[in-house]
Amino acid sequence: MGGISLNYLVRRLLVFFLTLWVAATLIFIIPRLAPGDPISAMIARLSYQAGFVENSDQIIEGWKERFGLNDPIYVQYFRFMGGILQGDLGYSLARFPSTVTELVGRALPWTIGLVGIATFIFFTVGNLCGALLVWTKSPKLIKVLIPMSMIFTSIPPLLAGLLLVYVFGFLLELFPQTYAYSYKFARPEFTIDFIANVIHHGFLPAMAIVLVTFGYWALGMRGMMVTIEGEDYMILAQAKGLKPFYVLYRYMIRNAILPQMTALAVSIGTLVSGSVLVEVIFNYNGMGTLIFTAIREQDFGLIQGTSFILITTSALAVLIIDLSYPLIDPRISLEGR
Amino acid sequence: MAEDRKVKDAPVAGGTKKAGALNRFDNPWLNWKFLTGAGILGFMFFLIFLGYQLWDTNLALSARAPLNLPPVGFTNWRGQEGIPEHPLGTENSGRDMLAMLIVGTPRTVFVGVIAATVGMLVGILLGFMAGFLGGLFDDVIRLATDITITIPSLLVLIVIQSVLGRVDLVTMALLISLFTWATPTRYIRAQVLSMRESGYVQMAHLSGVPVRDIMFKEIMPNLLPYLAASYIGNMTGAIISAVGLEVLGFGPQRIPSLGVAIFFSIEAGALFRNMWWWWGLPTVILAIVFVSLLLINLGLDEIANPRLRKAA
Repeated sequence: MGGISLNYLVRRLLVFFLTLWVAATLIFIIPRLAPGDPISAMIARLSYQAGFVENSDQIIEGWKERFGLNDPIYVQYFRFMGGILQGDLGYSLARFPSTVTELVGRALPWTIGLVGIATFIFFTVGNLCGALLVWTKSPKLIKVLIPMSMIFTSIPPLLAGLLLVYVFGFLLELFPQTYAYSYKFARPEFTIDFIANVIHHGFLPAMAIVLVTFGYWALGMRGMMVTIEGEDYMILAQAKGLKPFYVLYRYMIRNAILPQMTALAVSIGTLVSGSVLVEVIFNYNGMGTLIFTAIREQDFGLIQGTSFILITTSALAVLIIDLSYPLIDPRISLEGR
Repeated sequence: MAEDRKVKDAPVAGGTKKAGALNRFDNPWLNWKFLTGAGILGFMFFLIFLGYQLWDTNLALSARAPLNLPPVGFTNWRGQEGIPEHPLGTENSGRDMLAMLIVGTPRTVFVGVIAATVGMLVGILLGFMAGFLGGLFDDVIRLATDITITIPSLLVLIVIQSVLGRVDLVTMALLISLFTWATPTRYIRAQVLSMRESGYVQMAHLSGVPVRDIMFKEIMPNLLPYLAASYIGNMTGAIISAVGLEVLGFGPQRIPSLGVAIFFSIEAGALFRNMWWWWGLPTVILAIVFVSLLLINLGLDEIANPRLRKAA
């Protein structure tokens, strides 16, 4: 089993840090590319809503001074980057004493939990289904049902979430419609009762992601398995008289899973985008809902901070997947790259 | 390297011989998935065209109809029944649902078409250049695609849109296309790299064919079915991004598109007022669009890849 070569490690880390740098720079530049400055823009929106903002000129000047917007742009840039490096994302404008880091810290674990568990389920179920589709010994029923489920793979989780919350939350009242745990708990606690409650609340949002996603993985796995089925070593395995299940697991799935992992790394971005919207539908108390509230409160600092942290988290997930290849596939020693 | 390829290609050549033995009506383009998807989408646009002719699309603007009416044959929570003047019901601010679907569906698809087209053109350009030029340019392009694919596009779009406020559909589509170029670029680059070594391209090189002609006359035709599949996939992704942004409240609001309709309905709590027609009809239409795009995509995949065709 080969380790990860220095070259590959360096390249992956480079991509990771460059991603963070690009994201941070975009988030810094975008508000400054827009006509006017962020504060005038905010005042303009406020006066659009309220009709008139008293002393807006003084407010703009005062805030510009306070936030250092009169400094040269590169000074602002380095101050912003320095803040990010220290984990300081500034204050939330709408909920002033709270810092962005604090609000994000409360929301992030819920999102990671939801997306992580959903990913685990759809990846496992999807790949198994895909493998069974090609395997000669699997029951006929599977070969009919799974292709039908693939029809749904094109539908975004957002729409699935709407349908699920209406049918199972509103009409049948089987599952709660909003939030990650019930109001009877003042704060998260580590009891069986609480965990059961969280699972009950998280079921529909997770299903919204899983139902429309697993077919895609089944499809990818099927493609991979069809290719593998034609390989010479499959004929050899059959000629040796190996048990069909052993062949399925050791010869087919083991070989097909690696491209699927690569595809998973590529799809993390889409996945996170989708789950942000699912959270909005379910008013789940994760990052998606936080960002939605921030948009409505025009809380620009919070929008930037939440986006940056989510981008960081996604990049980290991709990095972890990329670095785990040699663990999954011992043939990859990565020495030669 | 060239010899390697010869060995690899040998079984494929045998395969095509076998396929050639089938009858000449075995046209790969007569793929049921492709035809069904294209058929559904075509029929839908035919209906929309009819709708524009037969229905007053001004009813999609607010305050043109009574509020909160259900579709014909249903009653709402106030006990009102649907009326034939508004067969699919109306919503909170007096928009007619039928008119909204007629106006909204093409607008939603339109965003996808623009974003996917821009993304594909940029992807073809960058992918070919990276594959052919190699070197530093290739490294930069590879890094840029890796980064763009890693970043969840919706989040950057949210940041941009929260500065710009509500924008028109074309601007939204162009913003989305900031992210749709990466997948085609990566794909085309990989294909170009592998095809560059193949016999016929080498042959063209030796015959003194200019690089531009090799790119677009020799390699490009081979990539077309893949590019088409990737274009459709990109279109789906762009529509999903657009609907996402609209559901977050960033869509143009006077003339709604499907995502904006869903945004309004969520804002007004339509889910819990049992006004299923308000969010449900746009959802169903979107689902139909997505499913037919997927069918087209799968069909094109099978057309491009004979191995999948055999399995199907």
